[in-house]
Amino acid sequence: MAVGKSVTRKDAAAKVTGRARYTDDLPMPGMRWACYVRSPIAHGRVVRIDTTAARRLAGVEAVFTFEDVPDRPFATAGHPYALNPDHADVADRRLLTGHVRYQGDEVAVVVARDRLTAEAAAARVAVDYEELPVVVTAEAALAEGAPALHPGGNRVNTLRFEAGGKVDEVLERADAVVESRYRTPIVQHCHLENHIAYAYMDDMAHIVVVTSTQIPHIVRRIVAEALELPLSRVKVIKPYIGGGFGNKQDVILEPMVAFLTLQLGGVPVKIDLSREECFTSTRTRHATVMRGRAAAGRDGSLAALDVEIFSNTGAYASHGHAIMGASCTKSCNLYPRTAVRFAATTHYANVPAAGAMRAYGSPQVIFGIECLVEEAARAVGMDPVAFRIRNVARRGDVNPLDGHELLTCGLVECLEEGRRRIDWDARRRACRNQDGDVRRGLGVACFSYGTGTYPSCVEIAGARLILNQDGTVHLQVGATEIGQGADTAFSQMVSETLGLDCDDVHVVSSQDTDVSPFDTGAYASRQTYMVAPAVRQAAEALKGKILAHAALMTGQAAANLDLRGGRIVFAGTPEEALLSLSDLALDAYYHKQRGAQLTAEASCKTMTNPASFGCTFVDLEVDIPLCRVTIREIFNVHDSGVIINPLMAEGQVHGGLAMAIGWALYEEMLIDEQNGRIYNGNLLDYKMPTFMDIPDLGCAFVQTREPTGGYGNKSLGEPPIITPAPAIRNAVWDATGVKVDEIPMTPKVLYRYFSGAGLL
Amino acid sequence: MRKTVSCTINGRAYTLSVDVRQSLLDMLRELGLTSVKEGCGVGECGACTVLVNGRAIDSCIYLAVWAHGKTIRTAEGEAADGRMSAVQQAYVDAGAVQCGFCTPGLIMTSTAFVERHRGRKVSRQEIRRAHAGNLCRCTGYETIIRAVEKCLGRQAEMPSDDGD
Ligand code: FES
Ligand code: FES
Repeated sequence: MAVGKSVTRKDAAAKVTGRARYTDDLPMPGMRWACYVRSPIAHGRVVRIDTTAARRLAGVEAVFTFEDVPDRPFATAGHPYALNPDHADVADRRLLTGHVRYQGDEVAVVVARDRLTAEAAAARVAVDYEELPVVVTAEAALAEGAPALHPGGNRVNTLRFEAGGKVDEVLERADAVVESRYRTPIVQHCHLENHIAYAYMDDMAHIVVVTSTQIPHIVRRIVAEALELPLSRVKVIKPYIGGGFGNKQDVILEPMVAFLTLQLGGVPVKIDLSREECFTSTRTRHATVMRGRAAAGRDGSLAALDVEIFSNTGAYASHGHAIMGASCTKSCNLYPRTAVRFAATTHYANVPAAGAMRAYGSPQVIFGIECLVEEAARAVGMDPVAFRIRNVARRGDVNPLDGHELLTCGLVECLEEGRRRIDWDARRRACRNQDGDVRRGLGVACFSYGTGTYPSCVEIAGARLILNQDGTVHLQVGATEIGQGADTAFSQMVSETLGLDCDDVHVVSSQDTDVSPFDTGAYASRQTYMVAPAVRQAAEALKGKILAHAALMTGQAAANLDLRGGRIVFAGTPEEALLSLSDLALDAYYHKQRGAQLTAEASCKTMTNPASFGCTFVDLEVDIPLCRVTIREIFNVHDSGVIINPLMAEGQVHGGLAMAIGWALYEEMLIDEQNGRIYNGNLLDYKMPTFMDIPDLGCAFVQTREPTGGYGNKSLGEPPIITPAPAIRNAVWDATGVKVDEIPMTPKVLYRYFSGAGLL
Repeated sequence: MRKTVSCTINGRAYTLSVDVRQSLLDMLRELGLTSVKEGCGVGECGACTVLVNGRAIDSCIYLAVWAHGKTIRTAEGEAADGRMSAVQQAYVDAGAVQCGFCTPGLIMTSTAFVERHRGRKVSRQEIRRAHAGNLCRCTGYETIIRAVEKCLGRQAEMPSDDGD
């Protein structure tokens, strides 16, 4: 039984020894460097562009401006193709632009023989701009008469829905109604490997793109769309990738490198973004402002949640049009017996484009909801954990929006486990009536999330298994390993179903769209769930072929045989080996009259999307004069169904917790509200947490067995990032009596709140 | 302008002609030592960490010519004779590897730390401080600390804060 064991990561040895090859470790002779010419202002139009000086520099091979690229807008969001044109992504990008919409926008590109020359030449492209008024906030962008960033205006869309009751009526007759306004910042993914891609042609027609991406098959389609080529003329290769967190669920460099190699006769051309470019000119997490109301009854019921939220998608839509819809609807599983109403507006502004980032809008939406729920609990004098336990989802509840029954839900157990682990009641009592400079508080928050994107998007995954001559198997999938451990989880599933040791299952980690099975890639915490049925079907089919061949070799009926630990056995007496798999494989390949290469392949669509659940508990100290928060203990408890690999699962939780602590306490891209200038687009000035900033991290799982999933599992990759921030905020409130309604809770912000409350 | 640099890399003597403007990072990568990763190129992230005479440095802001006469170690060299070093093995066992882009640099920082503290139990705070120059976005650092503890053993920590 391999599922449920902490088997060693498939790629761990390759990575600790430095043998794992990432995009930049796969050089090509004659590789050219391309470098963008970027706008120094946040909004304007190019009135003159002169490339003469750049072209004159020795070593420069080409310069293209926005006037030289196809005038065809395309969408960059890494979604599957939508058959229904109404669901198509927003096509608002061109390869280069003469209408610059944020500081860093791309007006030209230079190709040279080496990096230094390309950079020097890019600096010599002279550009004059006509400056346009700048809008940075929701208020400014949506104001009457605001300068439009795109032809349709600054509002990308507004989504409204109500479910589970009439919110206005509930608010009217509720025992208590609370209301607040919350704000979350723009943050950056900060994956350690910056965006990088190169492209070349290997014949007269085909373009090969090698790229650090989460979504190779989608990249293929979007490159073809952007360049108006048949899809089959593009091939995308994804090597090891140094983190993505959603920022590589977007098509950023690939259309440009493909365009450049096409223009330059097929020579390899690379773009390797600097860290500073990665900050400003890839994607970020949407900043949001939310106005929320909650109604509670004295009986402890959470009667209604009314949420109005504005999401700033920056200069281009990227995923913006989809994120609020996804996150608002996913949150409906959290309090399914509560009436909810959402109004979510997504708008453009002159800041870097926001896109997908771990948990796709849910951290922002749940931050507001879990702050509101805390206020509602207090308003009716209830303990925050007890209030949540009273109101959260339970198995058998029906989602008020889509009518689906929750087949598994361990959220109450998660909250109970957290309460026990942190010794909630005793520690809360100890926190009462504090008046010193340093005060301690406890906080909690909980979430619901989805597993994949169905029914918004198609869910399709493929797997191919090949029995090798030595009795091991190779697994190919279109799903991508991006650090989360997907390959290893898939190998465990194969091992479980096929009856082979995990070590004998080799996963081909790299994707090549010419040969890898089709799959849309790593996002929405979908892969372990969506790939499971494909892996299972392929493994069962391969096992059938293996046993049929064993029957040919041994003269026994296949039905009496089984495969265990890499050996063919009688199903009744599995201790006795009839035949080793390696002998069987050799026979299948090389016997002159019987057998074949034994392979199996499956491609499966999934039409379910189970909710996963969990919560964060935190115990912290606030030094009021220093305006500093110190976390003493923090952990998440998750219901992600069956845990396929406990050690790797724990790693996902730690990573999400740490990223969330950064969001809650430290990180924010600072952008001038007047002129759109970005102040801290680098790792020195932008405060990504270091070893010194992250406390000991904990986690626990409440395992349920999801009946719709191949191996009982549900989503886990993104969810851990959702609740730490509201839990920390609620704990700061508990410690100090001050309700901080914005993050990051930096000393500067806390100073404002603490002095406002008379604590300083 | 070019200069000749003689140094020892992963136990082997090299004499190389390098551009005087070149970083040690580029020199090592050109030799095929691609464990040395560039995450920022300006000394912020630690992905390019190598050991120079036993000390962990950011090779992106260390000139190649400064390597003259020095002994350099990278993650490739730590796995001798097909076996991983104790630090590498501890990372594997602790689950301290995810995307792996920070990993070779962190392995070298941990290696220097473990060698310096051999035979001593260390506190989590000491481990944190010594690794603070290496960023990792995937692990939250927890399993990396565990890997280092595995190599050295853990010192009982004072219950109250040490005040940084
Ligand atoms: S690449 Fe050297 S510190 Fe980031
Ligand atoms: S493992 Fe990805 S940055 Fe550390």
